[in-house]
Amino acid sequence: MAPVLEVSGLQTHFFTFGGARVVKAVDGVSFSLGDGETLGLVGESGSGKTTTCLSIVGLLPRAARIVGGRVLFEGDELTRMSQRELRRVRGRRIAVMLQDPMASLNPLFTIFRQVAEPAFFHQQMRGRTLRARVQQLLKAVRIPSPEWRMRDYPHQMSGGMRQRIVGAIALAGGPKLVIADEPTTNLDVTIQAQYLDLLKDIQRETGVALIFVTHNLGIVAKMCDRVAVMYAGKIIEQASVRELFDDPKHPYTRALLGSVPKLGSKEPLYSIAGQPPNPASLPPGCPFHPRCREALPRCASVDPPDFHLGDGSVARCWLLDDAVARP
Amino acid sequence: MPSPVLEVRGLKKHFVVRRGLFGRESAWVKAVDGVDFAIHPGETLGLIGESGCGKTTTSKLILLQETPTAGSIAFEGRDIAGLAGAELMAYRRAVQVVFQDPFSSLSPRMRVRDIIAEPLEIHTDLARAAIDERVGQVLELVGLTRDVAPLFPHEFSGGQRQRVAIARALATDTRLIVLDEPVSALDVSVRAQIINQLEHLQRTLGVSYLFIGHDLATVAHISHRIAVMYLGKIVESADSDALCARPMHPYTKALFAAALPSRPGDRTESGTIVGEIPSPLSLPTGCRFHPRCPSAMPVCSEAEPSLQRREGAGLVACHLY
Ligand SMILES: Nc1ncnc2c1ncn2[C@@H]1O[C@H](COP(=O)(O)OP(=O)(O)OP(=O)(O)O)[C@@H](O)[C@H]1O
Ligand SMILES: Nc1ncnc2c1ncn2[C@@H]1O[C@H](COP(=O)(O)OP(=O)(O)OP(=O)(O)O)[C@@H](O)[C@H]1O
Ligand code: SF4
Ligand SMILES: [Mg+2]
Ligand SMILES: [Mg+2]
Repeated sequence: MAPVLEVSGLQTHFFTFGGARVVKAVDGVSFSLGDGETLGLVGESGSGKTTTCLSIVGLLPRAARIVGGRVLFEGDELTRMSQRELRRVRGRRIAVMLQDPMASLNPLFTIFRQVAEPAFFHQQMRGRTLRARVQQLLKAVRIPSPEWRMRDYPHQMSGGMRQRIVGAIALAGGPKLVIADEPTTNLDVTIQAQYLDLLKDIQRETGVALIFVTHNLGIVAKMCDRVAVMYAGKIIEQASVRELFDDPKHPYTRALLGSVPKLGSKEPLYSIAGQPPNPASLPPGCPFHPRCREALPRCASVDPPDFHLGDGSVARCWLLDDAVARP
Repeated sequence: MPSPVLEVRGLKKHFVVRRGLFGRESAWVKAVDGVDFAIHPGETLGLIGESGCGKTTTSKLILLQETPTAGSIAFEGRDIAGLAGAELMAYRRAVQVVFQDPFSSLSPRMRVRDIIAEPLEIHTDLARAAIDERVGQVLELVGLTRDVAPLFPHEFSGGQRQRVAIARALATDTRLIVLDEPVSALDVSVRAQIINQLEHLQRTLGVSYLFIGHDLATVAHISHRIAVMYLGKIVESADSDALCARPMHPYTKALFAAALPSRPGDRTESGTIVGEIPSPLSLPTGCRFHPRCPSAMPVCSEAEPSLQRREGAGLVACHLY
């Protein structure tokens, strides 16, 4: 079956100081996503997760430009579309949820108006049908007494409710793909758990595909089918969730997994030396080599290619050179 | 058992808030509403609970940034409310704080040397050379080098800034550091560095920590004892291992249930509690947790449960026990 989304060789660079400074925020990213599948995009701050998402839906800031690669969504090449065409895609076929719910909600408009907007513009719903649709969407995200709450303004809602309303707006157009950029970072643990369960339920009901951006490996373990780990603008490992947790191939993935405290264990945490890389001045060779405990001599000079492993995972690390049979 | 460094008894802090036209209606926010705990030398007490439950208010009371509505805080056996002059200065030297956000907690116009030296200059009469020496020492203690002293905070990464904040907290002869979500704002790969560093410092210096957090796994990792707070009260406390092995209060259980799995397939029973945290302006009657509690009984909405002993040298406040 053809994937819903296929990103190949995507390169998005920021050109600042009149082009004098180039930040290769996304530098050759490839992945694909099937119907109803959830891909986790993990990595530390500045690794290019948000820029990848914004590139897909054409919401990049002015300083950024896609300089290479393709984004195929249900057969359409999104990187060639005009802003006008992209807006239609975003309203209906792809929904984007951002980190801060207040940034996605307009404080001056009622919840009704904001949840109704996609159905009003893209599906031409009006009057009673529209009201019923809004109530149904609010009910789907478990807002109690939606017929009353839809008259409220965003500030009258708690953080968890606002987040769920952003979810309702995202679902309003009946999308095939939802891109969620750290949607639960500001929520309390119990509220976060409720929201994640809700997202899974909705996904089961609608079969929507999901890209879930997070730096929390626990969320990945709970939510995702596959994971792509980003480091300095590249996907350094991609695998099924099980494979990634059971048999991580890249030293950075191993370090990341070891650095997270496990409930009930007092073992010292694996601490990754050094600092996250500065994308404006990356080291030569493998971008992780200055922090890597397993680095080989050539890691400092030659950037490793993607190695495709037998179990379907892909990782960029010279340690895998011998593990892979040469054609 | 040695006597505690810090002992908090019946601590309360109520804020008055006004609303309505001309602010004529007033209401009370019972941010901290009768809290008891003790922290022993070289020990870490973890304080966990959801947003708004009163964790930061508790730490502000300890740091003398707020005055309690009721109750007492004793430091090494002396009530801090009565401290003045040299004794007050000694207390301010002995108890330090590290906040969540290393980007806003350090003054951007001060050099690292002056940031770390500030508590020494205010609370001690050390000479300049002695202060410089101490700054160098604590920078090395937290894993930085002496030569970063002349730099400004913006020249550091988030993790390094948090190290500077910890160095500052250690500069005086510190006995207790209040750590208010010290790693929440940091990158995943940097959090482990800071946690390991804090644990190492405690082993070598014997300093005590009050570690505030909302990530159960992190709090459990660093803490010897854990206190779980809900709407201004501690609902359960115990040794960290005992609490993790057998959480008893339904709210503690809910926190464990909501904790994310550490690997795929680890079943977390979710959905044990519903609803959101009630407004602290209108606290539920009886047990404050009853509207969200899956085990609530009729008595729960009528009477407030008192603290009962539980295993692991702990206490739990719930009508089930
Ligand atoms: N407007 C901009 N101008 C210049 N560089 C930018 C801009 N926005 C982002 N960048 C750079 O692009 C890189 C990738 O940023 P991006 O926001 O995609 O990271 P991220 O993985 O989403 O991080 P976070 O976890 O912090 O959200 C960063 O190194 C950042 O410095
Ligand atoms: N100066 C104040 N005036 C009125 N109410 C206050 C004041 N300071 C705190 N509060 C209220 O007291 C309650 C407890 O706040 P506190 O900051 O202690 O919570 P917290 O547990 O630290 O939460 P978080 O996890 O979000 O940091 C909140 O409801 C808060 O709104
Ligand atoms: S390529 Fe080398 S430096 Fe990079 S992760 Fe692998 S071993 Fe480490
Ligand atoms: Mg981002
Ligand atoms: Mg707080």
